[in-house]
Amino acid sequence: MPTRRLFLKSSALGMFGVGTAPAWLSRALYAADAPSPRKKILVAIFQRGAADGLNVVIPFGEKQYYSLRPNLAIPKPDRTENSALDLDGFFGLHPALAPLKPIYESGHMAVVHAVGSPDPTRSHFDAQDYMESGTPGRKATSDGWLNRALVSQNSPSPVRAVSLGTALPRAMRGQNEAVAIANLNDFQVKDTRGAGTFESMYDNTLDQVLNGAGRETFEAVKLIQSIQKQPYAPDNAVQYPNSALGQDLMQIARLIKSNVGLEVAFAEMRGWDTHVNEVGARPTQGQLANLLGQFGSALAAFYQDLGDRMADVSVVTMSEFGRTARENGSRGTDHGHANVMFAFGGGIRGGKVYGEWPGLEQQQLYEQRDLQLTTDFRDVLGELVVRHLGNARVASVFPGYEQPKFRGIVAG
Amino acid sequence: MFAPSGFNDFLGSFCRDGFRMVLRKAIAVQLLVTSGVITSSPMRKLAISIVLVAGMAAFSAETEFSQPLNFTQPLNKDQEILHALNRLTFGPRPGDVEAVRKMGLKKWIDLQLHPERIAENPELAERLQPLDSLHMSAAEIATNYPPPQVLLAMTRGLLPFPADPEARQRAQLQIQRLRAKQEAKGDDQAKANGQGKGGDPLQQVMRQQVLATTDPVERRKLVADRAPQQALAYDLNEAKLYRAIYSNRQLEEQMADFWFNHFNVYIDKGADRILTSTYERDAIRPHVFGKFRDLLGATAESPAMLFYLDNWQSVSPDRAPERRFAKQKGKQARGLNENYARELMELHTLGVDGGYTQKDIIEVARCFTGWTINQPNLGGAFIYNDRVHDKGEKIVLGVKIPAGGGRDDAEKVLDILARHPSTARFISMELAKKFVADDPPPALIDRMAKTFHDTDGDIRAVMAAMLDSKEFFSEGAFRAKVKTPLELIVSAVRAADAQVDFAIPLATQIAQLGEPLYRKIEPTGYSSANAEWVNSAALLTRMNFALALTANRVPGSKVDANRFENNPSAVARQVLFHDPTQQTLDSIEKALVQREPTPALVAGLVLGSPDFQRR
Repeated sequence: MPTRRLFLKSSALGMFGVGTAPAWLSRALYAADAPSPRKKILVAIFQRGAADGLNVVIPFGEKQYYSLRPNLAIPKPDRTENSALDLDGFFGLHPALAPLKPIYESGHMAVVHAVGSPDPTRSHFDAQDYMESGTPGRKATSDGWLNRALVSQNSPSPVRAVSLGTALPRAMRGQNEAVAIANLNDFQVKDTRGAGTFESMYDNTLDQVLNGAGRETFEAVKLIQSIQKQPYAPDNAVQYPNSALGQDLMQIARLIKSNVGLEVAFAEMRGWDTHVNEVGARPTQGQLANLLGQFGSALAAFYQDLGDRMADVSVVTMSEFGRTARENGSRGTDHGHANVMFAFGGGIRGGKVYGEWPGLEQQQLYEQRDLQLTTDFRDVLGELVVRHLGNARVASVFPGYEQPKFRGIVAG
Repeated sequence: MFAPSGFNDFLGSFCRDGFRMVLRKAIAVQLLVTSGVITSSPMRKLAISIVLVAGMAAFSAETEFSQPLNFTQPLNKDQEILHALNRLTFGPRPGDVEAVRKMGLKKWIDLQLHPERIAENPELAERLQPLDSLHMSAAEIATNYPPPQVLLAMTRGLLPFPADPEARQRAQLQIQRLRAKQEAKGDDQAKANGQGKGGDPLQQVMRQQVLATTDPVERRKLVADRAPQQALAYDLNEAKLYRAIYSNRQLEEQMADFWFNHFNVYIDKGADRILTSTYERDAIRPHVFGKFRDLLGATAESPAMLFYLDNWQSVSPDRAPERRFAKQKGKQARGLNENYARELMELHTLGVDGGYTQKDIIEVARCFTGWTINQPNLGGAFIYNDRVHDKGEKIVLGVKIPAGGGRDDAEKVLDILARHPSTARFISMELAKKFVADDPPPALIDRMAKTFHDTDGDIRAVMAAMLDSKEFFSEGAFRAKVKTPLELIVSAVRAADAQVDFAIPLATQIAQLGEPLYRKIEPTGYSSANAEWVNSAALLTRMNFALALTANRVPGSKVDANRFENNPSAVARQVLFHDPTQQTLDSIEKALVQREPTPALVAGLVLGSPDFQRR
């Protein structure tokens, strides 16, 4: 049976032992000086629960869409708030995603449709696990793609990989340092009498798991102290929504602008498993509209807050699988297959819906019920890893998927 | 943010959605590989080579968390007692080790497996007594702690106002409040949604302090008058924590936590706000040591589960929509809903690799059509509605279920699933992961699964087989588990012998550590795996809690600072119940050189140390 592996990540310190200059010191200096070439940053957002891609980006040009979803379909664009927002004459955004439309129109947001994981599972747990490990069908992979996407460095920033929340997600786990931060202002030992003692305990403990995590934590704490001193004011008078995702993205923006060496960040939004009452009396109502309203406003606030800094940043969204093409018996949809992804940022070739459209006729559906897959999610993530983050070793980020087919989403 | 602390959560949701229910959906999430599934050696080799490839990308060395765990090396007697207390209770209290030694470990375990033979702690009864929703039926709960739908029905004269004058006054107060809210509509919508992180933490602390210093009966009234539904969540949270802290039937409480988590429901999903209290009391707790089939059956027909996994809305695709319903909704979308059928097999019985197909899911869903709830929002009970049942023949996992079986179709499905070999293995595995180690040895699982099979799923017998094994009392299991947030917080309270008269601030801490009680949205429940709980944010929260607890900065919990001895290693032994590691002791002694050491601070440092994070 497989042994579960956890990782010792603070290897530089581990190898040289205590007594040499702490690595965080040089990193803090590096942070204070501001980095010479600004690092590229990738922000991954996971929509947990399987978002209904067919109602997120609506194939309004497809007649079959309307016959499969008599109660759920979003009407063709008619310039009212209750219809899809036209993207290219065939696809349209859900009206609750209106805040994202200007980003698409400015050419900085790309849509990929009929994309997802080739593994047939319809288990949320397994599908999320595969998408985060980056190895569909392989349960034994012990680390996550976002951790492997980091290029090893001699003295990396302790906050080069940050996930927002109380847990470190699967995608972030691995050998490279990665920290979970629930809230930047709370990221400290609040009792000064205890801080040093705890640091010493966790630094010296023979418990390898707690030693690794403890070291990472205290290194990150020291770096983040500088950020905590100043209240954060978003640029361009942006008001982040008070939703969990809105607040998480605000913290990511704050980290980015603090120039502390962030390279990859992860945030998530829950609740996309819309088996019932997905759509209310009008398309702008119901569970999905509420979710998309939060989702779109949070992403748009992040984009506006970062302003020119978006030149260095790419954001990519994903969800474990799509939902049935046909609506179910309770104004909802059940677990399906292919889905939709968004990517936006200064370096994204946007204003376009990527991917071959497989159609929704009965014989075109996956197992006669779901949207077929025409793009592997690793094609999208792989391109971002290689062309945006500059990590050419895509085979080690997505082992077993040596030759992703790049779609040309990233400029350059 | 943890909702018990947000009085506005429920009202806010209402404000946004009016009288329509706020349905938040369940998704299956857990970040950690369940694994333990691939056993063939080619797959292992493949897995290892993947790790190697990945490892080349970095200079750092990968280290096994615990070198091949040794499940054959036995423990000494003292270790055995400590180990049993750490695993079968929510952490030892002062005096527990001595008591077990005196009684004899075997006898103590046997008693824990038969909780009805253990006299209960009067301190527990005293604390549970004021939590009146724990003793009500779901319908009584709906009347006395009315959700918006019930209030609406009351204003329209469709339902009587509660007979109890206090409850009636409360209902009227709610109606006024909701009207005012409706008029002041157009608030920040994001604030209204339950995912919000809003709420000033300072305000929350102050509110908790006020509540903590109020008499329990008054406190409940304060909460219930402001937000009746919140009082229900408070009662559940408080009861769970008081039981974990004070019950003498510790293993029963561990099992109740395990099974609720296994058959998870989410309290904030619509009618589950009023259905969760009776679910835990009537469907879970009576069966924690019983037959698995009974437990499974009780959850399957519980309104809470039928609502949570949507089966109450699943009807035969062939049946014409009921006229009354169709008229009400103005739509005629009705048909199967696969949600429960899938999770029933994946999470409750067979396990994801237990050998079922998408076709089986549809067949099981067909069998369960008609299993529904009579008016869930009024706290209604399970009913079988034959008119919407799929009458045709079904084939589930190769077993033919003849046409015309009616309500019994689903009972047959539950029989098949409860007695399936995959279920015996899966349940044994889940128990062993919780009580033995993240990767329990296969030989142990084999024995537990055989016991499960031989005893027709007798949970007590399976637990006894596990607790009788050499693997349970082995080096490989000893301190192999990192405490979950619930275990960490409760074990610290017990170790410090804190007196808890208001448990909600503890629940808030548990939520901040990532385990909000009764609020796991996804049907997976919480993982007990180490990797799930070790990360930067959580470690800092653990350290901060430890210091706050012993400094008496956690409202509602009181630690007697005078009970700690005067030198660090003695204090450490007082809360760890064994010697601290040299590293922890050195760190504390070094820190104390220049400062005024107080024994309480030392106790806090030990409770936040690496030594206290494992069980």
